[in-house]
Amino acid sequence: MSVEEIGSVLSERFGDAIIEFVAAGLHPHAVVAAGRWHEVATFLRDDPRMGFNMLRSVSGVDRQAQNELEAVYDLIAMAPPEGSREGFWAARHALAVKVRTERANPHIPSVADVWPTADWHEREAYDLLGIVFDGHPDPVEDEAGRHPRRILCPDDWQGHALRKDYVFPEAYGGIPGRSEIDASKPVK
Amino acid sequence: MVEEPTRNGLLYNRFDDGVMVTSVDWLLNWARESSIWPVTFGIACCAIEMMATGASRFDIDRFGAGAFRPTPRQADLMIVAGTVTYKMASRIRRLYNQMPDPKYVMAMGACTIGGGPYARHGYHVVKGVEMVVPVDVYVPGCPPRPEALLEGLMRLQDRIRMQTIARRGPAPEKTDI
Repeated sequence: MSVEEIGSVLSERFGDAIIEFVAAGLHPHAVVAAGRWHEVATFLRDDPRMGFNMLRSVSGVDRQAQNELEAVYDLIAMAPPEGSREGFWAARHALAVKVRTERANPHIPSVADVWPTADWHEREAYDLLGIVFDGHPDPVEDEAGRHPRRILCPDDWQGHALRKDYVFPEAYGGIPGRSEIDASKPVK
Repeated sequence: MVEEPTRNGLLYNRFDDGVMVTSVDWLLNWARESSIWPVTFGIACCAIEMMATGASRFDIDRFGAGAFRPTPRQADLMIVAGTVTYKMASRIRRLYNQMPDPKYVMAMGACTIGGGPYARHGYHVVKGVEMVVPVDVYVPGCPPRPEALLEGLMRLQDRIRMQTIARRGPAPEKTDI
């Protein structure tokens, strides 16, 4: 199936949950509303025409100008069509899905039950950008609410490190993170 | 006539040509500097260069320092080879505390000296291992060549040669680890 056909199938099935579909360019993607993302994800994996059985990665994007956080899911449908001799790793088609959410209170449904890859990738997106994935299989409950467990930084780290407005901590565990000299230099 | 007991030291005139200066300091320092046993502490890329130094071409063992110990309790030297993160910093401190005196620390590579390439934007990098353990020798490079690491070892040997048992060092601070 070509990307345009995938786009038309999705729009027909989900209507306005697909906010936008870009078929041209290097990174054809669909922009899906966060509220119905889990439903769309299950359809993308299970429908025989789609068959997106592998999630390559989940990337988090901090779109500070539009005041939103975005998660980009790179999907690929593996397994060759019937009668092909190319083997399991032949890709039939690939698509990206972008899910956007507001920066102040970012929540996106977790798709770790649809594609197991999403488990650790969502933990990283939470750790470094603060996107809370609801329904994640490894949650932690604290004053910030119910969120996936951090994966890179220690569990008591303050803040989300790759946000564009992130400021280094003064110190962590008694070790200084920032010196006065450093803080007075202009940030390039 | 009773012969006066000799006042010369035990080793006086035992060796030809008066070559050796036989003070206890010299002997102890020579023994210590020729058998610096490092603890295997490769954290990141500098560990590869440390392994290369331990291998045959550059051979740290000809300095007596080739006996890398897996446990800090049997080691003299901690070569911190690699980027130190906040998560790792508490473990480094714990292992340093477990080393018996006299102990030395070598900061290998740019990351351990001042944060290295991560100094400006690394959110999880400790900007220099000197914030965690006291450092004796700094070996710059990213990564330093094995020859540079061997030079660092030789500078450490110089430092050991300067030690004397006439004065005690400061008492080690009490820690609960």
